[in-house]
Formats: sequence, structure tokens, C-alpha cells
Amino acid sequence: MTYIAKPRLHHPSLVANKVGYTRRDYEGKVSTLCAGCGHDSISAAIVQACWQLDIEPHKVAKLSGIGCSSKTPDYFLGASHGFNTVHGRMPSVLTGASLANRELLYLGVSGDGDSASIGLGQFAHAIRRGVRMVYIVENNGVYGLTKGQFSATADRGSTAKKGAVNHDAPIDLVGMALLMGATYVARGFSGDKGQLVPLIEGAIRHGGAAVIDVVSPCVTFNNHAGSTKSFDYVREHNEAVSRIDFIDLARELKASPEPDEVIRVPQPDGTMMRLRKLHADYDPTDRRSAMNHVQALQAAGEIPTGLLYVEAEATDLHAALNTTRLPLNRLGEDALCPGPEVLERLNSALR
Amino acid sequence: MNRIESVNDFVIKFANVNGSGSASANEMFAKAILRMGIPVSPRNIFPSNIQGLPTWYEVRVNEQGWLGRRGGVDMMVAMNPQTWNTDLKEIETGGYLFYDSTRPLPPSAFRDDINVIGMPVTAICNATYDDPRQRTLFKNIMVLGALTALLEVEQAVIEKLLGEQYRGKERLLESNLRALQSGFSYAKDNLSPPIGLRVKRADAVGRRIFVDGNTATGLGCVYGGATVCAWYPITPSTSVVEAFASYCKKLRHDPETGAARYAIVQAEDEIASVGMITGAGWNGARAFTATSGPGVSLMTEFLGLAYFAEIPFVIIDVQRGGPSTGMPTRTQQADLLSSAYASHGDTKHPMLLPKDPHECFEFSAAALDLAERLQTPIFLMTDLDIGMNQRLCEPFTWDADRRYDRGKVMSAEELEAGRDFGRYKDVDGDGIPWRTLPATHRDKGAYFTRGTSRNPYAIYSEAGPDYLYNVHRLLKKFATAATLVPQPQVRPAAKKTRLGVLYFGSTTPAMEEALVSLAEAHIHLDAMRLKAFPFPQSVQEFILAHDEVFVVEQNRDAQMRTLLVNELDIDPARLIRVLHYDGTPITARYIAETITRQVHALAVAPRRERLA
Ligand SMILES: Cc1ncc(C[n+]2csc(CCOP(=O)(O)OP(=O)(O)O)c2C)c(N)n1
Ligand code: SF4
Ligand SMILES: [Mg+2]
Repeated sequence: MTYIAKPRLHHPSLVANKVGYTRRDYEGKVSTLCAGCGHDSISAAIVQACWQLDIEPHKVAKLSGIGCSSKTPDYFLGASHGFNTVHGRMPSVLTGASLANRELLYLGVSGDGDSASIGLGQFAHAIRRGVRMVYIVENNGVYGLTKGQFSATADRGSTAKKGAVNHDAPIDLVGMALLMGATYVARGFSGDKGQLVPLIEGAIRHGGAAVIDVVSPCVTFNNHAGSTKSFDYVREHNEAVSRIDFIDLARELKASPEPDEVIRVPQPDGTMMRLRKLHADYDPTDRRSAMNHVQALQAAGEIPTGLLYVEAEATDLHAALNTTRLPLNRLGEDALCPGPEVLERLNSALR
Repeated sequence: MNRIESVNDFVIKFANVNGSGSASANEMFAKAILRMGIPVSPRNIFPSNIQGLPTWYEVRVNEQGWLGRRGGVDMMVAMNPQTWNTDLKEIETGGYLFYDSTRPLPPSAFRDDINVIGMPVTAICNATYDDPRQRTLFKNIMVLGALTALLEVEQAVIEKLLGEQYRGKERLLESNLRALQSGFSYAKDNLSPPIGLRVKRADAVGRRIFVDGNTATGLGCVYGGATVCAWYPITPSTSVVEAFASYCKKLRHDPETGAARYAIVQAEDEIASVGMITGAGWNGARAFTATSGPGVSLMTEFLGLAYFAEIPFVIIDVQRGGPSTGMPTRTQQADLLSSAYASHGDTKHPMLLPKDPHECFEFSAAALDLAERLQTPIFLMTDLDIGMNQRLCEPFTWDADRRYDRGKVMSAEELEAGRDFGRYKDVDGDGIPWRTLPATHRDKGAYFTRGTSRNPYAIYSEAGPDYLYNVHRLLKKFATAATLVPQPQVRPAAKKTRLGVLYFGSTTPAMEEALVSLAEAHIHLDAMRLKAFPFPQSVQEFILAHDEVFVVEQNRDAQMRTLLVNELDIDPARLIRVLHYDGTPITARYIAETITRQVHALAVAPRRERLA
């Protein structure tokens, strides 16, 4: 019943941010997902992050594929344009949208079926191209919307609700993202909003392809014993490797010295990310080290979460193509059409 | 022996080995004749290989200006031993064979009803050049020199063309000129020119230009304001994007910053290409892709989404023969049905049908306008014959005052003023709704785009009446499209007739020629050239005004005829198939013969009687 608008009465305690919006302004239609679905918590984290970062909702384009996860863009940022595309192909649509107007924030929402099964190719290629985007995979190990079949991220040996065992090796989206050259790679858990909100904030601030794999249990089809994507299993095996927060350097006159385990990563918007390593032998700004560390933890049965890798000096597809600052969708005849005289010259060369 | 005698009217075919550097010499030959004021129409026939396989270049020289393929060969320049036998067979009786006589061939290798002209090209080259690369390269120029003498091509014209090609590379120019001269002298001294086929300066070319359709299409997309191009390589469409890229490089960079006013992405496949232009079109950029049949097949899911979500973009389909390799380098008009009705659900898409490079330019720019006006994917249906062959056509034109039609895009001011915005609401009676672009207004005009049902205000709805409202509006929009697309062109017969003919696209030059020869044989046909789908009212009127209407097309299944029957509820018996689909371009001879045969059959049993 998504057409029922939420009551717009503002609670007096809801404060407006710098751009004049309260948190409620970042919400969308009432969710139609199952009560307790992990995906709804991710929507809430997106709302929180956008509000905290003073993002103007209309400057965001939300795009998704098909799935329960891909339905969620209707449930947050109601004042943003949204596009529910086709199954597994959100990355290409997002790429094209971003080419048309480089000024917006592109928020891609997808599921594990959407990104790791049917859409694995587009997932990889959008990352390879360095499209500036926040790419969130709401990963539950199953196809929720088609009622609980295994997806390509289901772990080998894990069981479906009715007992079937998955024999296939899982696709690790974090590993894929690292391999494909994503410049911001994180994993979150829908059950840990405190960790997830800063991860989304970091992705929004990031200047390149940012991927967040969010383990997001499907309470209806994949929350039983035997599942490795259930709330209980993830809570038990969650191994946070880092914590991040942000400081506004302009405001903090004198940056206090940081302890050894904190790495400062400058952000494109002039702020500074403080990345606190929770594992001593690990450098989240070194791609190979990140890959090794994540692989080692996963081999030991843990689920590494947190910001796993970040490249401060990331660039994006627009930089590679050297496109104009003024978005392509705002160029008119003057900039685009060479006119009749040039055409006459071209005609002469063809005689 | 009988010898074909003809001035400014013959077909000469070059049989070469792919990758041997023959292409540029061949092109120069065609261009030289053009520069002498005589229309030519060359056609490349090539396999889908880069090197080592046979290729042919067939040039029709015709002062009258017929540019369709004629059929038959008056002179064969047989430079490929591999295809010797079949090449020889193609020569008309009394025609000419030019070949490399370095290696002696037994008399049984020849025909005695043709004129054989041997020149030891390899031997001369080997004697003149040491470098093996030069030997093969200059061989082509030497042959060009000999042909110049044999056919009386003006030598100065060829020399000027060489000068243009090697401008700034004086040493190369000089050695080319020398090779040309030595071929010329050899022919003069040993081959007793001229032969019966000759060219003579005329004034039949005028201001026309000589260009291939893909180049014209790429340029049309530049002029038409396309800024986003996503594509995946596939013959015969690749050179559309190559042309777009190279014109953009010259014409679309900010003079101050050097920044690009366009973005071209080579996608990972056609699904991604069409996805990207879907995103770009949704977000207000003019976007296109170029592909061929297999690519369109991959794009079909997105086409359904774009049709229902009403996203503007342009697909250029340079049609080729069937799946896989082999036929792909041959021409056909066989993607009509799969494009017109591409995708799941009730979908249909406008298609523009250019006849030559001039129209490729014009229609690709028009397609970009139409896409935004109609908020729907538009197909530009060209084919290999137009796309990859240079064709003489009217020069490109562009009106200095021309403005892009960006369609119904609601502005921030209109939203601010309280104008009602229903994304899928028909407020103007033409079935075309208004849209907004992302980021237009702080709190008005945002909507959620999806392929499935919604109400006129873009709110999710599975209610039957909402679905019906929407799909009926889309039909109304399609009817509007029929009034906006390029309108058909009628060529009335000289005499009143109950017979008509419909044709389109690359068939046009052959059809026009056939109409003349049919009229000479007292078969008079009113002719209508279709320029687009959906069909305007005038198409139905034309068909109903005739007892029988031939539908000439280059595919097996009479796809255009199917569209006519289906869309206009035409009695199929009225529409007679004239089909050509062996992969070679259709000829006037073929059309005239087929129609003549059918007309005679009709004379025996006219339709009225057959039906009675
Ligand atoms: C081309 C195509 N094939 C199949 C489907 C059916 N389908 C819809 S959603 C879905 C799986 C979604 O799984 P996931 O992305 O993991 O999302 P979840 O529902 O688990 O959040 C499938 C197979 C479709 N919509 N399109
Ligand atoms: S089926 Fe699973 S993924 Fe879908 S809404 Fe329900 S809990 Fe969420
Ligand atoms: Mg899933």
C-alpha cells in the first residue's frame, strides 16, 4: 500500500539541518516490506546519513534494480527522483544518468540476486569505470521477492528454509569490488545502524565508485538456523575491522594529534575522515593489504565489517572522459551544434 | 569477338584479397570517375575477417544517375586467384577480364566469350621494388594506372586525388605517382587502349556529396545534439560511433578548457549500452546507441521498460543478415519486426527509414528530436548497403535558426507557479505527458519511475483502470507519432493505374530505376516511399486506392507487409510480396522482373476474380 503517504506532521523535536530539512523530509512512502526486514533498517540509515550530511533531497537520484531491496528507494527520500529499472541492470542506468548530469548524488540500491546473480557483469563494469556513486547491496543470500531461492552470495553448505543445501561457492561482493578497482569498499550489517550510518556518509562524500555490501537478513526466507545471513549468525560472526567518523577541519582550528591506530583520510569536500583501525596489522588504505585481510578473516569464518578499503585520491568516469563542468543535460544548441558553415565545409570535403 | 561497347554506363568489379591495401586504390578509382562528373555507386562486399579472405568492390558507373546495384559485371579486375573461377563466371558475354599474367595460366582457365587483358603486374612490381610491402602496395596503384589508360580516366584527376591523399607526405606521393605512371605506360604500350568500356567527362554529379551512411549518421548525431553515446562494437554499425567520436573530437570540445561536450562509453554489452542511454535519456541528455540485429535482441528488455517508463533515446540499427558470422557482412532489411515490436508486453516503437546518407544525417537528427518530443525510444533503421558504402547524395543542410525540440519538460518556474504535474497524465490530448528532470525543484515535481503500472501521477497502482488509462494513452501517443515522423513520398505513375508499389530505405535507388524500366514496358505503378513507422493515414489511403500493391523489401518474411497488415488491418491479398534476401543489395533488374511476372499472373487472374 505504498500510495498511502505518511502523515506530514512534524514532531517538534525534529530539528532542521543546515539546508532546512528535518529528518522526516528524507523519508519516503510507507514500506511494504515484511515487518522486521533488514532492508528497512538500511533505508533508515540512508535517511539518517543524508540528513546529517545536509544533502538536498532533490539533488539525489535513487536508482535500483528489481527485488525487495530494489523496492526500497520508494521508502526513503520522497523528494528525490527515483528509478526502479530492470533486474540486475541498475548500474548501467546509473552510469548513463551520471553522464547526463555530473552534479547529482547517485544512489544505487540493489540486492544480492540483482548484483551478484543476474547483474554481476554490470556490477563489475560500473565499478571498473569508476562511476561516482554510492552503490548499496542489501545482501540477504536469497531472492526475497521471488520467495526464497538461493542467491549467488549464499555460502556453500548453508541451508534454505526448507532444508535444501547450497552447493555452489559464494560470490563475495566485497572481494569483487576490491578486484574491480572500487575506491571505497565497506561492509555493514543492517542490525548495526551505529556502524552503517557513517559508512554511508563516507560513501556519499567519496569521489569515486563507493560500494557497501550490507548484510541484511531476510526475516521471511533466510533467518533460520543453517543460514549464514540470519540475524543471529551475523551478530555472532561480525568482526568490525575499523570505525570511521568525520571532522570538519575548517571548524576544528587545531587538529589534535591522533593515536597510532587512527588514519586521517582527506575527503573531496574538504573534511577529514578519521579511520580507526581495530586490527593492528591491517592498512585499509592499501588495496592488497585489504584484500588479504578480508580474505583471511572470511576464511576463518568471520564476517569482516567496517570500512575495508579507501583511496583518498579517487577519480571518476567524468574525469577520465574529461567532460565539461556544466552537465551535459544543460548544454544547448550553441554548445552542441556546429552550425551550417561548418557543415558546408564538411560537404566540400566530401566531393 | 563480340565486345561490350559502352560509355559512362557499365559495372566494373574488383576481386581482391582482404587486407592487401586494395581498398584505397579502389576508392580512388570510383572517386576519379565522380570527379569527371559521372555518377558512380560502389559497393563493398567483404567477409567478416580482417585479412586473407576475398573481398570485392563493385562499381557501377552510370551517367543517368542510377545508384542502385545493377547486377552483372562488364569488367572484372581479378586479383584474387582463390575466387578466380566464380569471378570469371560473373562476367557478361563480351565483357572484359583484367588479370595479373605473371604466372602463366592454361587456356582452360579462361572463357572464350570474353575479352582477356593480361598484365604481369607482380613481375613489374618485383622488378621495380625490393621491399615486399611496397610490392603489394604499389601493385594496386599500378593496376589503377593501367585501368586509367584502358578506360580513359583523366590522368590529371587521379593525380590530384593522390595529391590530396598524400598531402604533406611528398615522398610517398612521388612514389605513388611513379607507380601510377608505370601502370599507365605499360597499358598504353602493350594493351592497345581504350577498350569498349570508357568514361567521358560529363556534368551529372552537381553539388552532390559522396559519403557513407554511417559517417552521415554519426555527423547527424553531432548536429542533432546527442551528448551521450554508449555502444558495443558490431559490424556494420561500428563506424557510426567511430564517425561520431571523430567529429566530436573536432567539433565538440570547449575552446577554452578543452573539455568534452559529449561522453562516449564502450559498454560491456548491448544490455549495458541501452541501459546507459536509458539513464541518460531519463536524466535529460540526448543519447543514442548504434548496433545491429543481435544487439537489438539483447536490448529488448530495456526497450519494454523505456516504452512504459517513457524514456527518450535513439537506437541506430544498421541491419545485416542473420545471426553469427558470414551473413553479418551482407545487407538485409530483416530487423523490422523485431525492432518495431521489441520487448515484452504490448510495446511498439517508431522507426525511421532513411534511403541514403543524406537522410541518415537528417533522420538521425530528427530521431533525437522525436525521441524527446514523444518520450520514447526511436529506431533509425539503416542497413549495411547504405551504412558502409559511399553513396552519391544531396549535400547535408542545416538551418541556422533550427532549435532542438526538447519536448514537454516542466520547468522549476512552472512547478513553482503551481502547475499540475502528473507524469503520466494526458493534459494536451496528444497522449504525450509532461516530465520533469531530476533536481528541477526543491520540493515539487519529483516522481518515481518504474516499468509497471501506476496512476497518472506516477503513484504505484495495480488497479485495472489505471493500467488501461496508461496503455490507451500510449496508443494515442503512437497515433500522434504517426503525424510527426517523416511522411511518405508519392511518385504517381505517368498513366492512371490500379497498381501501386511500396518501398523504403536502401531499396529506393533500385526501385526508382525499376519504375522507369517498368513504365517503358507499359507497366505503370503509383509508387509510395515509406519513410517511417508508425504509418501515417496516407499509407492506408494509398493502399486502398489501388487494387494491388507490391511491397518491395529485403527480407524473407515480408516483414513490412506484416506490419502493414497488422497495423492498418489491410486485406493481405491486396499486398503482393516482392522479396530479395540473398544478402546482396536488391537490383532494379530483379524488381522489374519480379513485378512483371506478378503483373502477368494478375492479368490472368485478377484479385477480384480470385476472391470471388
Ligand atoms: C529478467 C528478470 N528475471 C527474473 C525476474 C524475477 N525476479 C524479481 S526479483 C528477483 C530476485 C531478487 O533478489 P535480490 O536482488 O536478492 O533481492 P531481494 O528480494 O532478496 O531483496 C527475481 C529473480 C525479473 N524481475 N526479471
Ligand atoms: S521477503 Fe525477505 S527480503 Fe523481502 S521483504 Fe520480506 S523479509 Fe525482506
Ligand atoms: Mg536478496
